Amino acid sequence: MDKIESPAESRKLLDKITHDLTRSIVKKDELTRFWFFILIMFAGVGLWGWIIQFRTGLGVTGMRDYVSWGMYIANFVFFVAVSLIGFLISSALHLLKINWAKPVSRVAEQVAIAAVALAGVIIIMDMGRPDRFLNIFLHGRFASPIIWDVTVITTYLVISLLLFYIPLIPDLALMRDRMGNELPKWKLTLYTVLALGWKGKAEQYKIIYHAMRVLMLLIIPVGLSIHTVTSWLFAATLRSGWDTAILGPYFVAGAFVAGTAAVIVVMYVYRLRYGLKDYFQDLHFDYMGKLLVFVCLVYLYFNINEYLVPGYKMKLADGIHLNELFKGNFSGMFWLVQITGLLLPIVLLLFSYFRKPLPIAIISLAVMISAWFKRYIIVIPTLEHPFLPIQNVPEHFQHYSPTSIEIMITLFSFFAALTIISVLAKLFPVITIWEYAEDQGIDKKYLSEKPKN
Amino acid sequence: MKTLGASFGVAGVIGSSSLLNSCTKVETNSGDKIKLLTSSGELVEVDKAQLKPADLPSLTENQKRGRLGLPGRSWVMVIDLSKCRNARECMKACQNHHQLRPEQHHINVLQMQDAEYTAPYYMPKPCQHCDNPPCTKVCPVNATFKRDDGIVLIDNERCIGCRFCIAACPYSARVFNWFEPRDAEKYEGVTYNIEANVPQKKGTISKCLFSADRLRDGKLPSCVSACPNGVYWFGDRNEDAVTNGTTKETVSFSELIEKNAAYTLMEELGTKPRVYYLPPKDRAFPFQGEIGHENKS
Repeated sequence: MDKIESPAESRKLLDKITHDLTRSIVKKDELTRFWFFILIMFAGVGLWGWIIQFRTGLGVTGMRDYVSWGMYIANFVFFVAVSLIGFLISSALHLLKINWAKPVSRVAEQVAIAAVALAGVIIIMDMGRPDRFLNIFLHGRFASPIIWDVTVITTYLVISLLLFYIPLIPDLALMRDRMGNELPKWKLTLYTVLALGWKGKAEQYKIIYHAMRVLMLLIIPVGLSIHTVTSWLFAATLRSGWDTAILGPYFVAGAFVAGTAAVIVVMYVYRLRYGLKDYFQDLHFDYMGKLLVFVCLVYLYFNINEYLVPGYKMKLADGIHLNELFKGNFSGMFWLVQITGLLLPIVLLLFSYFRKPLPIAIISLAVMISAWFKRYIIVIPTLEHPFLPIQNVPEHFQHYSPTSIEIMITLFSFFAALTIISVLAKLFPVITIWEYAEDQGIDKKYLSEKPKN
Repeated sequence: MKTLGASFGVAGVIGSSSLLNSCTKVETNSGDKIKLLTSSGELVEVDKAQLKPADLPSLTENQKRGRLGLPGRSWVMVIDLSKCRNARECMKACQNHHQLRPEQHHINVLQMQDAEYTAPYYMPKPCQHCDNPPCTKVCPVNATFKRDDGIVLIDNERCIGCRFCIAACPYSARVFNWFEPRDAEKYEGVTYNIEANVPQKKGTISKCLFSADRLRDGKLPSCVSACPNGVYWFGDRNEDAVTNGTTKETVSFSELIEKNAAYTLMEELGTKPRVYYLPPKDRAFPFQGEIGHENKS
């Protein structure tokens, strides 16, 4: 980018950028309050459901001895999947020096933090004895994939938080210096504390660049691990539909689809709500659309492998599982997932019209819903068909259907995740101001200037 | 009768602790009879005066001892499918012993048919106590474990209820306490016996333990003793001897499985079960009714 020579021009542009990108923080209206009210109310209802479950036992769910993992685990896998986007956009694309992805990276980190934090909460809500959670640390056995999962998920959460926070420091200082009269005192104090006395010196920037680079490299193995290890919770068993060697990469590919779609939806909401047309431009949606097609194609490849190979042989147990998916009880869900979640986005997003903000946001929402149901049909059908017959138990042991408590608790996770994203958006700029300003050709020295008035 | 009080297992001491305390005083002419459940599930009547609290090891000691197993032993079970007529006495005795609800089975008698034109038969299915157990591998907290005498046990004081072991078990041998267990109030205050997994606890796993508590007392497992038809043989592989629960006849284990072409369930999975099946050949009882259309694979 060319340097802008005139200082006045630079200052003017920086003022505009700062104003635009902090609008979400300054803005206060009824709609925001209403939104938070809805979020907290639904999250509260879900928590209440969890209290009932804790008192009565997991029997309030539709799960029983055969289908012993249900909607919670499906939902957990979904959240882990969505969180993987943080790694793809803010690390992989960054390291590949793909510049258009820069303004998207903070959105990706928001989504990653919210999703991975809730994944952890969901797994606790699925436990029969959440009061014994600490046993995992007191008696942890490193041979169990659950321990690997706990390890990588907490590590991923920490790295994601750092990847969110470190590039935020110059922005925090900027807001501390410039927005004294627009913000309530507590926010200003918060920024001052979090900015860690940032002065905008060259060596400070050097430290930030260095730290970010280290984190971006670190998050690659951790990011790949979270979803690979999550897939091993299933692949480590002997059951048809789970007992396959490609489950790891299959899950990772699926995670990129779900996460890309999630980021597109959030980007669209920010663009609309905070008037960020000039920042989340049509160009960004266009590129994100192409990225979505690409990850969908990779996922399609894994899907073909996953279903065609056992489908060709139709071994006894595999055959029962596949028949159930292709034309049995789960066929409706299966074809919905394959068509709306995979084929349709691949075909539609090849046309530039569908990569415009509104159409692609709608498609992405459909992809996300399909992605959720995809996890449902990964978890449940397999458990409904164990190797030995299900006998001498009540009818409802054979077929799983979620109860209202399970739905309440699952809704809790969604509303809680949205709450985290909303709070982050109300506290911190959704695009990295200093990085963006630099890309516009504004010299760094203007960033740490205090405005004269 | 005097030794009865001492031989009561944990399950036997179902009277409230206050009742037991009052009985420690010597009452010679009580005349009051009370009913008690013995560890084998029998209901017996005893004079109140003769009740004494059983000598039970403390919880930690019990758990430690339960993890070690019986030294030098290597327990095996042989199930003769030609003898089973679906009497389900094994299931009843087991559910009484282990405080299970009617839908919870440590042992489940299944109606089997291997292929379309093959003969149907009844198959009692306990935990297979695999030597390469998929369930203990995945446990994140070492709550389920394999002991040296071959038994796979559960510590329900440690189990976190993640149910990974249920997903991992190809034999569907594990059950979960989705609600408060059966008769929870009766078992309140009873010290946990890891070898019987009693009292059961809400939110934790349970499964067949080869009645490890009875083995310690030198008895056969509940199901083996309860069978009226001579289906079960149980014993020690190191001694190469198994005893029939009905006839009490003791034979050579290796000879029994060799002569009858015994097999293990789904041996292709590499789980190495300790439960051996004798094929349902020359069945003593005809198969009754219709084979269910449930999930057979």
